[in-house]
Amino acid sequence: MKKVYLDHAATTQLNKEVFEAMNPYFFELYGNPSSVHSFGREVRKGLEESREKVAKAIGAQPREIIFTSGGTESDNLAIRGSAMAQRKKGNHVITSAVEHHAVIDACHALKEEGFEITVIPVDEHGMVSVKDVEEAITDKTILISIMLANNEVGTIQPVAEIGKIAREKGITFHTDAVQAIGNIPVNVDELNCDLLALSAHKFYGPKGVGALYVRKGTRLKGCSFGGSQERKLRPGTENVPGVIGLGKAIELAVKDVESKAVKLSRLRDRLIDGLLKLPDVSLNGHRTKRLPGNVNISVQYVEGESLILSLDLKGIACSSGSACTSGSLDPSHVLLAMGLDHQAAHGSLRFTLGVENTEAEIDYVLETIPGIVERLRSMSPVYASK
Amino acid sequence: MYTEKVMEHFTNPRNVGEIENADGVGEVGNMKCGDIMRIYIKVNDDNIIEDVKFRTFGCGAAIATSSVITEMVKGKTIEEALDITNKQVAEELGGLPENKMHCSNLAADALHKAIDSLVEKQKEKKTK
Repeated sequence: MKKVYLDHAATTQLNKEVFEAMNPYFFELYGNPSSVHSFGREVRKGLEESREKVAKAIGAQPREIIFTSGGTESDNLAIRGSAMAQRKKGNHVITSAVEHHAVIDACHALKEEGFEITVIPVDEHGMVSVKDVEEAITDKTILISIMLANNEVGTIQPVAEIGKIAREKGITFHTDAVQAIGNIPVNVDELNCDLLALSAHKFYGPKGVGALYVRKGTRLKGCSFGGSQERKLRPGTENVPGVIGLGKAIELAVKDVESKAVKLSRLRDRLIDGLLKLPDVSLNGHRTKRLPGNVNISVQYVEGESLILSLDLKGIACSSGSACTSGSLDPSHVLLAMGLDHQAAHGSLRFTLGVENTEAEIDYVLETIPGIVERLRSMSPVYASK
Repeated sequence: MYTEKVMEHFTNPRNVGEIENADGVGEVGNMKCGDIMRIYIKVNDDNIIEDVKFRTFGCGAAIATSSVITEMVKGKTIEEALDITNKQVAEELGGLPENKMHCSNLAADALHKAIDSLVEKQKEKKTK
């Protein structure tokens, strides 16, 4: 059976070049980078080269890069670490209604410890308004956390403008850029951010490794305790093969990012245009200010998990914001925040494209999906009483 | 995550549709949680279920449980059908993932509602 992978926002396949870069660090180069002897020193060299690569890819200095276990840990460290370091200064944190749970839940945890959280709503496209953020700022605000690009609907937020305001007011600004790296150009100075989270496996790197960018001078407290690795902000022996993979992967990801984005957008628009020809199907998210590889639609009268299962039986891998796939009783908080009703949220489908996808694969999806939708609708009591 | 039998029923659901002039119709679930099941039954003079059909909006588990219960009750008396529990439906499918046991395993409830509506109708007829 033909297999088409359209779930790149979940994870990507490891790039072979990345694997080859990592390979020596499993056997020959196994020293602990903190060791003084030659085994340690040669690994330290690779680790620091990787740090330089990550820094270069986002326009930062190497000493501003902290290696972590991935996006979740980076977001947690950014939010919790920044709040704890500044709690004498204030207790107010601003975030948005469409953040990843790594941000939302970190903010919830702060709330339990006496912090006040303002959650900025979004418009029907999932977009945060700069004005809303500005108006939410009080003299107690110590941190603003707004994602660069949304993982579900791909909406690209006005992060640079929000960052500019935060800088003017002397407020720490964090952005979760996990979905953005490798898809759109990312530069920490252009974005005016103090903290930025990224994760290797979203751009053809290995799983279980990521980084947090920490602008020089940003106040941050570590959230775990132990050795002096990563400037004590993230103690524990580094995941060396992972870190090496991260460095190689980000180097490759940002190379020709613009031309890759053009190619992806073309495939994305082919898929969007084809899907919108189906009756009672709508696009979620912004038509143009969205990640080049993101397609998110709502299929009325059917439920997302049954769509995914049916597509999977035809070899097509994608995801949904339905409750059944979110692991909770509620459908996607992102889609609900955008004002979708429950039916549209339960009937959502997300396709996220990668550089290896082809036009033929998109056409295969477009040929396959009408029959699936028709079959499920024929079983649906909501469709029957339409 | 689903058993082969769940996938088999999801792929080839039995008795999809509705029964015109059904003797009983039962619907459970709501759009908020994302599962809606409607079951139609037709009985003979001995209250034996002769025909049963369903329509379901929901996930794989919701569709498979609806489908399998239609097989389980055909030819049964309404008393026997009332004894069927959601748990038995899940067992018939070789089990369901834990997180599906409460939200999508409602087929027996829908069936019982259909039977309730049938009994209600029969009572009304008698009093007339």
